[in-house]
Amino acid sequence: MTITHHLDDATLMSFAAGSLPATLSVVAASHIASCAHCARELRYMERVGAAMFANLGSSALGRPAPTMALARAEADAHGIDDTAAGPVGDLPAPLAALVGPNLADIKWKRLGLGVLHHRLHLADKSAGDLRLLNISPGRQMPNHGHGGSELTLIIGGAYADKTGVYNIGDVADLGDDVDHTPIADPVLGCICIVASDRPARFSGIVQRIMQPLTGM
Amino acid sequence: MLAISSVRSFRQPPANFLQNRCMADLLQRIAQRRDTEAFRELYDLYGPRVKSYMIRQGANPDTADELAQETLLTVWRKASLYAAEKGSATTWIFTIARNLRIDRLRREVPWQELPEGHNETASDDTAPDEAASERERQVRVQAVLASLPPDQHSVVTLSYLDGLSHSEIAAKLNLPLGTVKSRMRLAYQKIREAVEDLK
Repeated sequence: MTITHHLDDATLMSFAAGSLPATLSVVAASHIASCAHCARELRYMERVGAAMFANLGSSALGRPAPTMALARAEADAHGIDDTAAGPVGDLPAPLAALVGPNLADIKWKRLGLGVLHHRLHLADKSAGDLRLLNISPGRQMPNHGHGGSELTLIIGGAYADKTGVYNIGDVADLGDDVDHTPIADPVLGCICIVASDRPARFSGIVQRIMQPLTGM
Repeated sequence: MLAISSVRSFRQPPANFLQNRCMADLLQRIAQRRDTEAFRELYDLYGPRVKSYMIRQGANPDTADELAQETLLTVWRKASLYAAEKGSATTWIFTIARNLRIDRLRREVPWQELPEGHNETASDDTAPDEAASERERQVRVQAVLASLPPDQHSVVTLSYLDGLSHSEIAAKLNLPLGTVKSRMRLAYQKIREAVEDLK
């Protein structure tokens, strides 16, 4: 897999800080899982967090060192295999943890304009939208912008727009000032996961696809 | 509005920062000998800082105490993974605290767990003098952070310490989202330039 489109530095920093919204974090983690470049940058950005953490003042602890709990922690540790990989399939591990390891097992629903979708619901109650889109070969998406932050990761096929060609593993991390008109690969179509920090009705591609149906 | 006091305390000279070698020693004693005395020292050194971090991120003092304990217990369990490498102990412990914070304070599901110490798998860029470079990197990161212009410093602080997303920072500072992101990028470019030759 040759990755040519990466996460924006600002997005990676927010991820390193642990402050990227949950929906966007799923997509970011899925990209980083297969992108050595972003994984390396993430390491450097974690140092920034560590430097700020190291400079925080101290808060007096209300509890003594839990030395009594150490034996139990040790026993628990024997049950954990940190090197264990998740189930092997064609989806990146962070996504597989939510929808299962295989793309073929996804249950699709019709969204409109030759696009199928599968919406993901997170336990986290924060606003946002996370869904898989399955776009027919050669289909052109309506021109759209992105209110708020939005990330798109290609997990099958490809698409092209004025910013380039996006293949499996590539992530589109476009600013909210970019409008684009993606076209799915004429043979393979495109399967991607799209995350927004806003509800779908306010922004982005999903809103534009649903618009003719709902009049929004 | 950014609390002025927090900026001031952040700009103070780093107190414990150069003790990373001693931290690494403590971790090694835990990893190799399951040394409870070393654990107690590590807890006393890092626990208060983890507690401050959790409070800053929105935990009440009681939850912050609990999360500080949990962070250090995770360190005890995973110490052998750290000892395999000679990266920064502080960075490793920061990532553990951050992951626990995500799990607990935002009630998110386990998938969001970020890698703790890519140190566990990364070895190709580990030279024998890695520990020395690591300390030098940290000193430089500190220096750049302290010299950032206030507008960049505040977005970085709100992101890392206050746990705010870009959109939340934009709303808080009454700035366009794009401006928040470009300030973050500019700050990181300076940090990256400062440590480039040590990469």
